[in-house]
Amino acid sequence: MEINVLIGGAAGQGVDTVAALLSKVLVRSGYGLCSHRDYMSRVRGGHNFSRLRIASKTPWCIGESADILVALNEETYTVHRSRLTEGSRVVYDPDSFSLPSEEERGIAVRLQGLAKESGSAVMANTVAVGAVLLLLGLNLTAAEELLEQMFAHKEGMVDKNITALKKGYSEASNHCSQCFSLPEKEAEGKRLFIDGSEVLGMSALASGCRFLSAYPMTPSTGIMNYLAGKQQYGVVVEQAEDEIAAINMILGASFAGVRSMTCTSGGGFALMVEGLSLAGMTETPVVIIMGMRPGPATGLPTRTEQGDLEFVMHGGHGEFPRAILSATHLEDAFYRLNKAFYLADRYQLPVIFLTDQNFADTACSIEPFDFQRLNYERYLVEQKDLVIPYWRYRITDDGISPRALPGQFPGEVVLADSDEHDEKGNIIEDAHTRRQMVEKRLRKQMGLASEMEEPVLYGHGEPDILLLGWGSTYGSLREAVDALEARGRKAASLHFSDLWPLPVKTVSQIIPSVRKSFCVENNATGQFASLLRREIGYEVDHKILKYDGRPFMVDEILQEVEKNV
Amino acid sequence: MFSSNCFITDQEIAWCPGCGNFAILEVLQETLAELELSPHQVLLCSGIGQAAKIPHYVRVNGFNGLHGRALPPAVGARIANSSLKVIVQSGDGDTYGEGGNHFLHTIRRNPDIAHFVHNNQVYGLTKGQASPTSDPGMKTKVQAAGVILSPFNPLSLALTLGAGFVARGFSGEKEHLKQLMKAALSFPGYALVDILQPCVSFNKLNTFAWYKKRVEILKNHEPTDIEAAQRLARKWGEKIPIGIFYEVPTPTFESQIPALQGKWGKEPLAYRHFDPNTLAHLQEEFM
Ligand SMILES: Cc1ncc(C[n+]2csc(CCOP(=O)(O)OP(=O)(O)O)c2C)c(N)n1
Ligand code: SF4
Repeated sequence: MEINVLIGGAAGQGVDTVAALLSKVLVRSGYGLCSHRDYMSRVRGGHNFSRLRIASKTPWCIGESADILVALNEETYTVHRSRLTEGSRVVYDPDSFSLPSEEERGIAVRLQGLAKESGSAVMANTVAVGAVLLLLGLNLTAAEELLEQMFAHKEGMVDKNITALKKGYSEASNHCSQCFSLPEKEAEGKRLFIDGSEVLGMSALASGCRFLSAYPMTPSTGIMNYLAGKQQYGVVVEQAEDEIAAINMILGASFAGVRSMTCTSGGGFALMVEGLSLAGMTETPVVIIMGMRPGPATGLPTRTEQGDLEFVMHGGHGEFPRAILSATHLEDAFYRLNKAFYLADRYQLPVIFLTDQNFADTACSIEPFDFQRLNYERYLVEQKDLVIPYWRYRITDDGISPRALPGQFPGEVVLADSDEHDEKGNIIEDAHTRRQMVEKRLRKQMGLASEMEEPVLYGHGEPDILLLGWGSTYGSLREAVDALEARGRKAASLHFSDLWPLPVKTVSQIIPSVRKSFCVENNATGQFASLLRREIGYEVDHKILKYDGRPFMVDEILQEVEKNV
Repeated sequence: MFSSNCFITDQEIAWCPGCGNFAILEVLQETLAELELSPHQVLLCSGIGQAAKIPHYVRVNGFNGLHGRALPPAVGARIANSSLKVIVQSGDGDTYGEGGNHFLHTIRRNPDIAHFVHNNQVYGLTKGQASPTSDPGMKTKVQAAGVILSPFNPLSLALTLGAGFVARGFSGEKEHLKQLMKAALSFPGYALVDILQPCVSFNKLNTFAWYKKRVEILKNHEPTDIEAAQRLARKWGEKIPIGIFYEVPTPTFESQIPALQGKWGKEPLAYRHFDPNTLAHLQEEFM
């Protein structure tokens, strides 16, 4: 039992506002919710929409159909009518356009007109929310509370909005008393309704990141926005002149002692690779959140893709260790980004955290996070362990040199260098020292590999059908496994969050018993499948690839699986 | 107690004999000593080039980064640890060529950083190509018919962008250069000192004698007069003025960053105590 709501309109018409209000009311009322934004790279006009999926438990991904379509303009109806089912309802404003005569599912609500009657046309969004709440059979209490909180500081706006809400509710009731019945409530108690960018921003802050320098680029800008709004907690956010400056700035800040991060997307990462290599050579801890969107070049700025795995694995000149982690689902991402900071500090290297637009712009109802689980150790050398004179790049068995901060020990200095250097940090060119330094840096790889988490196996313990995936496709794969099992198949998914060094134990163990394996990726060439082949010599049976800029729908995966088993 | 010996390293210096960089190095070491700074209190950031090798020759903290990228790490380090005296030292190619964009925007930012550019009007380390400040007509292997681009005027640009401290020095005028370095290091905000530095190996045009004949220490110049400063900055020819062209502080970058003010102000960001548990309430906004 689930209900899918789709709200669409031109950019600037308030699609986001309707979706946000509605979502918060639903989550506060105890329903399980997942939502996703689909938007164009323009500020006004075009066609944007948000989808909400309401179920008895928080769904893992959004659904394809539209039980309730809120059409803020005619285009929304035209574009999405194919998603309507027999019992669907279409909320629209009869003063702005009319539905075709054969359309019987219409719920005419004078969005603009009622908003004006309530005090201002801008409240058309609130009118729409009232109408949807009626259709869902919810009362207005939670919505009224929310509006009171939202507009508490704006004179007169609370009353006006509540009036608008009620008018929408009552006008919709002329069509049906309650068109849908909601599923069971998921949980009592307070839950969060939060999207991927906000989770990452909050995790960074709570992980002790105190400096972010970035250049705006969708889909990672949301992280910068979040942190910029939290400067009262002692975090510095600097909009750099370009991505080159961004990564070099965080390198300087990290060298001087602050957990630092940047966030970007493919084009920005392309500019950062020289700095990435500098992090490798100077052994400076930094976290780079790389939000993928379709390329090449500027690609589809506001859409999703998993097309840059190979780029982040190989980006940067020279050979140096790095870790690559990915964002799978919201809860996991909170702790995993903390792990990224931990790995960066512990191993003194760059850590790339791979996400994508699908992850950034998906919001769900989830349990609150446990902040006590976060690591905040800095792994700096302490006075008692200090060998004098201090050498930044002292050769050690595990490849990790004692890290001190400039100014930390009076009398001692810290020298970092992008040239090949000796243990003191001074430029060298001799073959022996060069070999020693390369080996020292690469020895970290051993420790790193032991930190990598095995992929999550979901579903049947000895599956016939295995779905392999990584990153933000987690939810779709899980739901696909549920659907396959419901059809009587022995299916499982194996989903990777830590990507490099690649943890291969579980996959190597399970492969022999699998009859058909599928690698599911949001890209055109099957980059993860190639990585598996490279690392363990295993060739997946089928690749399910999607590269139209949109996230996977469960049905698409099921169709491909059924076609090939 | 404070002597320039404190700042000497055991590194073999990889510059050509007679290079103007030696004088700048010496003056820097003396300046640090006379300002009574200890090695661990100073951070020297540089890019890549002959000039940019300098962190290896001065015993202070050093971040010898990438070509053209000396300024951004310096800005980051300044934010992270306000107790460090941050100096950026790099070549003209490094600063005005590859790093041009950072040069523009660091001036706009106005962090408390002293920036000493070794301006030899040529690329030294890569063996003699033109730099952005090369004089027109200078012939090189690449600019075989002579430089045709109009030269970059760092002082004029810095003034235009609102830099609070703009000066020019000459490696052949060591006492004068020391005064400039001291003033730049005491100036609260971004301070540019463009230092004319003969490259004996590759710049056969702007030689020591060429500079010596032309440089003229500024006298009776009022360094708060922006118009006069601009006029001086455009002077290049028979007479080349050296000295402080402009010196008027404006609020620094750091002084305008919320996280570096108030109750936070005294303690460098790098050393602040932090407990993730104290932030659990951040979640409430999403409930
Ligand atoms: C990205 C990059 N491009 C090019 C180089 C090669 N390179 C090293 S130093 C240099 C020019 C140095 O000139 P300048 O900054 O004027 O310093 P000088 O050697 O004259 O002191 C160049 C082009 C490099 N190291 N990195
Ligand atoms: S090449 Fe020029 S700048 Fe470089 S060390 Fe030699 S003289 Fe100095």
